[in-house]
Amino acid sequence: MSAAQHFIRTVWAVARKDLTTELRNRESLSAMLVFSLLVVLIFNFALALNRTAREDVAAGVLWTAFIFAGTLGLNRSLAAEKDRGSLDGLLLAPIDRSALYFGKALGNLLFMLAVEAIILPVFSVLYNINLLTPLMLAVVVLGTLGYAAVGTLLASMSVQTRARDILLPILLFPVAVPLLVAAVEASRAALLPTPAASFGTWLNLLIAYDIIYLAVAYMVFDYVVEE
Amino acid sequence: MWLNKLTTPKVLTGLNVAAALALLAGVALAVFYAPQERIMGDVQKLFYFHVPAAWVGFAGFLVAVVAGLAYLRTGQRAWDQLSVALIEVGLLFSLITVVTGSVWAYPAWGTWWTWDPRLTTYTIMILLYVAYLMLRQAIEDPDKRARFGAVYSLVAFISVPITFFAIRIWRTIHPAVIGTASETSQGGFDMTAPMVETFLLTNVAFVVIFVALVLNRARQEQLAEKVDHLKAQLAEA
Repeated sequence: MSAAQHFIRTVWAVARKDLTTELRNRESLSAMLVFSLLVVLIFNFALALNRTAREDVAAGVLWTAFIFAGTLGLNRSLAAEKDRGSLDGLLLAPIDRSALYFGKALGNLLFMLAVEAIILPVFSVLYNINLLTPLMLAVVVLGTLGYAAVGTLLASMSVQTRARDILLPILLFPVAVPLLVAAVEASRAALLPTPAASFGTWLNLLIAYDIIYLAVAYMVFDYVVEE
Repeated sequence: MWLNKLTTPKVLTGLNVAAALALLAGVALAVFYAPQERIMGDVQKLFYFHVPAAWVGFAGFLVAVVAGLAYLRTGQRAWDQLSVALIEVGLLFSLITVVTGSVWAYPAWGTWWTWDPRLTTYTIMILLYVAYLMLRQAIEDPDKRARFGAVYSLVAFISVPITFFAIRIWRTIHPAVIGTASETSQGGFDMTAPMVETFLLTNVAFVVIFVALVLNRARQEQLAEKVDHLKAQLAEA
């Protein structure tokens, strides 16, 4: 089998390992889900909005919920490896380190998408907005991809430090600002009755961010996991 | 090692003296030689310190990325010592930039702060590098600290231009909401010859000050490493 096929199989094997583990007890998924809903709830009371204002901030509240819940998932996914010592096992395997990165990132991406698949309909009901349009789904997928890409790289570092979980948001949030801005603005543009022209610009920014950080992570991940 | 040559007491003393003189000269020229600006008055003179601090700090962060990558490539600890020095002093210069800018903004724009692209990006940049320092502090192993520092400084620096563009596009959609005076006016003024001379001098002065501070800090890192070595040797004996 060619090197590329081997690579893809490895990536999928790593991701599948995470998915299998998670499906057994669903700890991480349920925590992320409940946390997202709680964030939405808190915003509801913190901002005390009238109907028009609520529609204005819907995109922002949605992405804030995703970002906060995402850190939970990222932390758990990498911390589990460290605690159980399975990271060492993975590193001993004769695989490309970057395949390990892509596998973890894919697993994190799928977890976040699973949570978002539940949150989006719930949010649509709570805020009386239809979030299940093709444009919106494109934004959600691309935004989550970028977040998983950077998040996996930074979480791989933060779990190896003394500060562990606490450090990930500190490292991740400033780096994720352009992603957040682009995702929120693209969402807003997508949710207007006639999607705004700016949607294309923001989508391009999202795609650019994704590509840049996937490339950077691919190049430096070796240095993050070497012993 | 090459860093040892740059951080000998002789070189450092020379740099420190040069930096002190440069700072004095800059302040003297800014206060006494440069003319008072017609519209903004004396507060405009902060510009002579605000602008150099801004770009020198930023350049420091850029050089830190290069130094970080050099560490990843070569494994020489000197590159890491230089990196942390560059980022710490860069952070200091960034704080100077924000504070002087804020003080300048109040008389000029009527507000201490606005969320325009440059200021916002600069604030995020400060948070990025504070995060860098927190990351380093949370790691005990020096090699791991250096590796992670290098990786994060790369990730962080790349996000800065992306953030700037994102917020600039964002701004065209959400135009200025605060400030009565036009906050896009950067207090544009024509510079007379004495102003240009003063400006050039303070720019050079800040570069000298930056280099002096960085090398002093790098030497401090070198000495700290030496102390660790000695401690380890003592523990074994």
